[in-house]
Amino acid sequence: MNDILLKVTDLHAKVEDKEILRGIDLEIRPGEVHAIMGPNGSGKSTLSSVLAGNPAFTVTRGSAIFHGVDLLSLSPEDRSHEGLFLSFQYPVEIPGVSMVNFMRAAVNAKRKYFNEEPLGAGEFLKLMRQKRAIVELDNKLASRSVNEGFSGGEKKRNEIFQMAVLEPRLSILDETDSGLDIDALRIVAGGVNQLKTSQNATIVITHYQRLLDYIKPDFVHVLYKGRIVRTGGPELALELEEKGYDWIKEENR
Amino acid sequence: MGDSVAAGAGCPAMGSQDTSVLKEVTESDYKYGFVSDIDTDKIPVGLSEEVVRLISQKKGEPEWMLDFRLKAYRHWLTMTPPKWGHLRMPDIDFQAISYYAAPVKKEGPKSLDEVDPELLKTFDRLGIPLQEQKQLSGMAVDAVMDSVSVKTTHKEALAEKGIIFCSISEAIKDYPDLIKKYLGSVVSYKDNFYAALNSAVFSDGSFVYIPKGVRCPMELSTYFRINASGTGQFERTLIVADDDAYVSYLEGCTAPMRDENQLHAAIVEIIVEDRAEVKYSTVQNWYAGDKDGRGGIYNLVTKRGLCRGDYSKLSWTQVETGSAITWKYPSCVLMGEGSVGEFYSVALTRNHQQADTGTKMIHLGRNTRSTIVSKGISAGFSENSYRGLVKVTPAAEGARNYTQCDSLLLGSDCGAHTFPYIDVMNPTAIVEHEATTSKISEDQIFYCNQRGIPTEEAVGLIVNGYAKEVMNKLPMEFAVEAQKLLQISLEGSVG
Repeated sequence: MNDILLKVTDLHAKVEDKEILRGIDLEIRPGEVHAIMGPNGSGKSTLSSVLAGNPAFTVTRGSAIFHGVDLLSLSPEDRSHEGLFLSFQYPVEIPGVSMVNFMRAAVNAKRKYFNEEPLGAGEFLKLMRQKRAIVELDNKLASRSVNEGFSGGEKKRNEIFQMAVLEPRLSILDETDSGLDIDALRIVAGGVNQLKTSQNATIVITHYQRLLDYIKPDFVHVLYKGRIVRTGGPELALELEEKGYDWIKEENR
Repeated sequence: MGDSVAAGAGCPAMGSQDTSVLKEVTESDYKYGFVSDIDTDKIPVGLSEEVVRLISQKKGEPEWMLDFRLKAYRHWLTMTPPKWGHLRMPDIDFQAISYYAAPVKKEGPKSLDEVDPELLKTFDRLGIPLQEQKQLSGMAVDAVMDSVSVKTTHKEALAEKGIIFCSISEAIKDYPDLIKKYLGSVVSYKDNFYAALNSAVFSDGSFVYIPKGVRCPMELSTYFRINASGTGQFERTLIVADDDAYVSYLEGCTAPMRDENQLHAAIVEIIVEDRAEVKYSTVQNWYAGDKDGRGGIYNLVTKRGLCRGDYSKLSWTQVETGSAITWKYPSCVLMGEGSVGEFYSVALTRNHQQADTGTKMIHLGRNTRSTIVSKGISAGFSENSYRGLVKVTPAAEGARNYTQCDSLLLGSDCGAHTFPYIDVMNPTAIVEHEATTSKISEDQIFYCNQRGIPTEEAVGLIVNGYAKEVMNKLPMEFAVEAQKLLQISLEGSVG
């Protein structure tokens, strides 16, 4: 049991009065990559939001145990400190707040959580420099406001950059491939692969097989109407690519 | 004229959970609210010709100064308080205020320069060390407690360059010609009700004179502290920058926490001669009252500068976080050809605070330019108004103004309002006005939370980001302080 990183059991969640997740079961071990696929509106993004603690969603039933910790009882920031990272489908712009200040606040909040001293300016900038290289983000980034005026590709690279800095145990990439051209996709996927270790795990949420050519999944789950209706290996993604989602819908009518 | 935005209208509503966090976050404590135990010579409450004479006598003023005060007092009697501000203000009983309160010098042998240790301690606690060995390098300070200047640092070093930096009381005695020439020349005692009152009873403040061609080597600063209760503070500041001179001047203010409202009615006058430049920065943190709106300072201030010289420049930067009520419009009269006026403002109101603040840019000379950047932040049940006038007179050929006026709403019980007045009488003028109103979105907060940044810190970060354009205009040491102040004003937890 100890080597389960995340165990989700019978997770139900709603937004306003609409039930979106209707009993998700999922087990993720360190070192694994899980792809979650499914047609529009099946609940993929809701699952990532609920795990990250977005207050817009209400959990009505079920549990999520994250390396022994009751994830659902934690505030969003404590989930982050405990090692959960969400790469947003639509990264949010924060005008006037430079990436440096933003990341310093993030890094030091985490250090504070673990009773560590804040990182000195020199050390912090060094960390930024190292991690920036992973997604080939240029150094002008530091002085720019968070996501403001970033191109689609830059926003996604910026997400992976933040992931690199925060070194999460579990990363959820929510449609990180949407809006990316092929070069940006390669850079982003390359970043994710570099950050992969035997200790951490990744959930990749995507519509398309394309991203899975770059980030190889160990498991592919199909989400439909708020439930995981099928789980398989990488070949399931290929099958979906070929046949579309209609047969899944047919099976679960 | 003008348009108002009620919070909530047209913006996505915040979830109730966020609202409660914001509420907590925006109701923090005031760390300068202590009272110092200092013997105070306070005259009885009430205002009359005798009181004006008494103040003048206590300060040992010459006859001409008393005449100035009496003229102002008699004029004040004919005036009524202005009511046009977007403010709910109870009528002030001007007979219930003591118009002079001075810390008493303790008995015993001491040098002339020696300051009461209790006073030193007070200013130490405020972060303004006055002792020789601890003085801030690169910054000269005039410390004013209630009605009198306690100490002015670095005076001698400045005198070597011919710079005069002293309390206005000293200046009246030591430099009567300069004072006679300039006092009241920009803000006449007839200007408005509070200006007349100030001219009659002003107690202390700073005087700065930068001679021709001198660049002041350090920041000059006045720190105003109200300590005594039942008093008003009526300070008077006069800054003169002669041809080609430069000075950067800072003003800071705090007061103890009390249930009563205290009146602060100041006048600042600035004269800028040919090619001279004055930067005037304020961090106003008077006690703002408690979270139910009890107590706090009424900050009713007239600040105006005259860019008399050609190519002169005056820049106002203000960070306003304190006071129960703020009513002030630091203005520029752009008389000299090619003169430049700037106004950069951040006004944060929370709980039941009210601010009606902005500027006036009066273009008289040819090719004069002005820039206005105003950032209002409202939280709690506060009301925050920008009121500004851009006036281009017929002679102001080629005048140019740019105004940017932004409002940020935190929560849904506060208000943000803008009252821009534009009065252009020369067809060559170019006047631009941009305005925005926004709220901190739940998405922004959640994004920060997901990266591990707690909500209160996130709000501070976002607010500082929003205000950055103005904060960048503050001198470095001050900017850090002001940034912290914004954060603390929003956070609560930090002491």
